[in-house]
Order: sequence, then C-alpha cells, then structure tokens
Amino acid sequence: MDTGDAAWVLISSALVLFMTPGLALFYGGMDRTRNVLNMLMMNFWCLLIVPVVWAIGGFSLAQVPFDNDLIGGFDAAFLRDLGILQDGGSALLTAVFLGMFAVITPALISGAVADRMKFSAWAVFVPVWLILVFVPVFKWVYGGWLGQRGSLDFAGGTAIHVNAGIAALAAVLVLGKRRGWPGEGHPPHSMPLVMIGTGILWFGWFGFNAGSALGASGQAIQAFTNTFLAAAAAGLSWAVVERLRDGHFTNLGAASGIVAGLVAITPGAGFVAGMSPIWIGLATGVICCYAVGLKTKAGYDDALDVVGVHFVGGLVGSLAIGLFAEPEYFGLDFMAGLFHGGDLELLLEQALANGVTIVYSFIVTGLIMLALKATIGVRVSEETEHNGLDLAEHAETAYSTGTASLAGH
Amino acid sequence: MKLITAVIKPFKLDEVKEALKAAGVTGMTVTEVQGFGRQSGHTEVYRGAEYTVDFVPKVKVEVLADDAAADDLAAAIAGAAKTDKIGDGKIWITAVEGVQRIRTGERDTDAL
Repeated sequence: MDTGDAAWVLISSALVLFMTPGLALFYGGMDRTRNVLNMLMMNFWCLLIVPVVWAIGGFSLAQVPFDNDLIGGFDAAFLRDLGILQDGGSALLTAVFLGMFAVITPALISGAVADRMKFSAWAVFVPVWLILVFVPVFKWVYGGWLGQRGSLDFAGGTAIHVNAGIAALAAVLVLGKRRGWPGEGHPPHSMPLVMIGTGILWFGWFGFNAGSALGASGQAIQAFTNTFLAAAAAGLSWAVVERLRDGHFTNLGAASGIVAGLVAITPGAGFVAGMSPIWIGLATGVICCYAVGLKTKAGYDDALDVVGVHFVGGLVGSLAIGLFAEPEYFGLDFMAGLFHGGDLELLLEQALANGVTIVYSFIVTGLIMLALKATIGVRVSEETEHNGLDLAEHAETAYSTGTASLAGH
Repeated sequence: MKLITAVIKPFKLDEVKEALKAAGVTGMTVTEVQGFGRQSGHTEVYRGAEYTVDFVPKVKVEVLADDAAADDLAAAIAGAAKTDKIGDGKIWITAVEGVQRIRTGERDTDAL
C-alpha cells in the first residue's frame, strides 16, 4: 500500500472518530440541562459497543467478500485474514476506517429519541440495529446488489444518513412523544455547545468524505473541496431563510444548515465538482430549513430533527448525484448525471437505492423497537422524564452549582 | 426599622449601589432572581419554533434602614434604577421587628 494513501486514510479514520463526540455536543447543547448527560452517553455508548461488534463480525458481514449481493460472510470475523503482512495493512485499514462510520451511524438516531428512551433499551438497540439494519444496507450499497446496478454513494448518504434518518422516524413512532410536546417548549440549553459540536463535525467530515477516496488522490482533494463548499452554502441559505422568515440570523440556523450541507454532499463528494457543491448546498439549506417544521404538522416527535436534517438532507444529496455527477471530470467509470450528458438512468438508480433503504430500514427498525417495547420496555417513567434522565439513568448531574441550575432552567 | 426590597434591571446594579452608598448605607444584600411583571417574558425562535420565556433575569437588592431613612433610600434606589422603559422593577418597604449584629450582639438601630 502506498504510504501517502495509508497516512491519509489513517488520519481520516481519526477525524471520523472525532465526529461522534462532536455529534454528542451538537445534540447535547440542543437538549435540556437535565438530559444532556444522557444524550452524551447515548453517543459514547456507540463508541464503546460498536467497535467490539465490528471486530467480532460486523465488518466481515458488511464487506467480506466484497462482491456478495446481499450479505458478507464470516471470513473476516474476529479480524481473521486481515494480517498486515499480507497486503501491508490495506484490508485492516479499510476495516478500521469503516468501523468509524459504523460508530456514528446509530449515534445519529439518538437525537430523535432524546429525553425519554430508557438507556438499557438504547444499549440493546445499538448493536442489534447495527447488525440487522446498518450491516445489510451497507453491503447492498457497497459491493452488493444496489451498488452493482450503478447507484452511487461516495461516503454514505444512502447507507448512513438516509438509513439512520428513516430509522429515527420508525423509532420515535414506536417510542411516542415527549410529555408536553409540542405545547411545552424544549429550547436548547447551551447554544455554545451546539456551535462547538458543529465545528467538530465539519472538521471530522473532511475525513468522512475525503477519506472515502481511500487514498491521497485527486478525488480526495475534490471531495475535500466539496465538503468545504457545500457546508458553507447550506449554512448560508438556511440562515438567510430564517432571517427573511423569522427576522434573525440564528446560531442554530447556521449550525443546522452546515450539518445539513455536510450530509447532502456526502453521497456525491467524489462524483461532483466545480460549482455543483454550492448548488447542492444552497438547495439543501432551504429544503431542510422547511423540512424540520414537518414534525409538528405530522405529529411525530423527532426531538432534535434527525429526520429533517439527516434523512431529508441525505435524500436530497443522493438524488442530486443524478443531476450533477461528472465521470469525465474524474476520469472514472460511473454513470453521468442529467446536467453532464447523462440520461435519467442514474437518477432512477439513486431513487431505487434510497427507496429500498427507506423501506427496509423503516420496517426492521420498527420491529426492533416493538420487540424492545414488549420485553425490557423503551420509555422511562413519567417521573424520570420530568426530573431528567441524567440523575435517574446515570446518577450524574451536568451542572451542579446552584446558580447554574437556576439560570439554566 | 424597615426592610427595603428592590427588584431592578441587572445592568443598573452598580448605579443603585453607588446611590445607596452616597445616601449613607453601609451594607446591602444582592441576589440574582427571575420573574415577570408587566414587561412579561420574551420569545426565542429555534428552527422556526417559537418558545416563550416567562421569567426575566433581575437583581434583588435588600437594605435594612432606620424608619426615618427608609423613604429617602427608596427614592435613591428609584432614581438610580429608572430608565423610563418597561421592566424597571419595583421597590417595597416592610416593617422589621428586630435586627441583631452577630459579632457584637448589638441590637436594632445600633446593628444597622
């Protein structure tokens, strides 16, 4: 393996790992003072359990052998056959890099179920969801039947964001609304945490997208540039919509737009170029800004807008590849989008890949949640929900000085 | 003796403190409080959803005074805290039955 390629993917792996604590802060700041530690722990739980599950069999089922249609096997279970003397560590590097993606995908769902899910139920949900939903969808998109048909997903728009976003919807439909929602307000308790979390996510996302070139190549440089531009454009358009509609440039609008833009450029990061990331970002910021309002109209309590940002943003970005993909620019062999000499075929393949992911993930996630509900239960007691999950579920308090708890109420 | 309690805008605390010192007051107690009056709360907007915040941060100032001085001190506080805008706060005066300085055991007006 080329040393430059290996160095870049190693660095990218660390960048992607850092995204999960970043996501925890992004979500935690939006949560209330009495539930912020529960939110952080839901994310950190993914950092504890997923690497172990990934090493035991998750990676093998998700990727080995690569050209299996539906699911991998157990050839690389327990990290067998990934020795560094065979290929200089190339296969092991792929396993650890993709493991970082496996960590953050279930973590994305935590924002939807915030404030009311039993931690024990979450603890079981994460590894079960990883094996039953993340692993098969990841296989279909990367090397499996959806990928073989020609659909494109550079860094995980379909396999990660659409997948986790629609799973979040299924999860909250089983879990139910927070008590008092939507009448009682649930405003963010710490916008500075949200902003630093957003910064960490953007920083880490360079590894997520540019690292997905799996080498220090021109495609990596283009993916890096796209990640820079799309996030800025989406943050800009979301903030401007809020200024025009609600009267102010808000921190939360800027942060939400940046994250939505990062989500949307993920699937096409290595397939689009030029001004395309800016068009994709601008459109995503506007669409997602309105999409987060759907939950109140439709009556599903997606607490921190996982559906509106990750599902909608991922879907918009994935379908946008059908318009903006430029194989000639990259000198690579994939289908061209409508605006670059292609026909409708790529757009239809993108729609099919996302459609299949949506149906499968929604149904299986719903079944997992129903099974948990029937056995260990998924909701905390009414008293715990009222007093906060931090104390009841973790025996910890985030802000323990008297004035802070008064001022931050 | 009287207890003068004033709930004021936090940014006016320094001016109120100086006005009271100028009027001869040698001690006061200050607390950060929250509440609402006619000013009511304010509205915050997050991702397009409006949240009403009922309780506004204020500072509560408490001063013990001789019966004769109470009205003048209340006037000094009012003069320093007034902005003519809604939310300037309130001052009230209550009767105090007894005061004691812990260190010396002095009582009532001697303890002020």
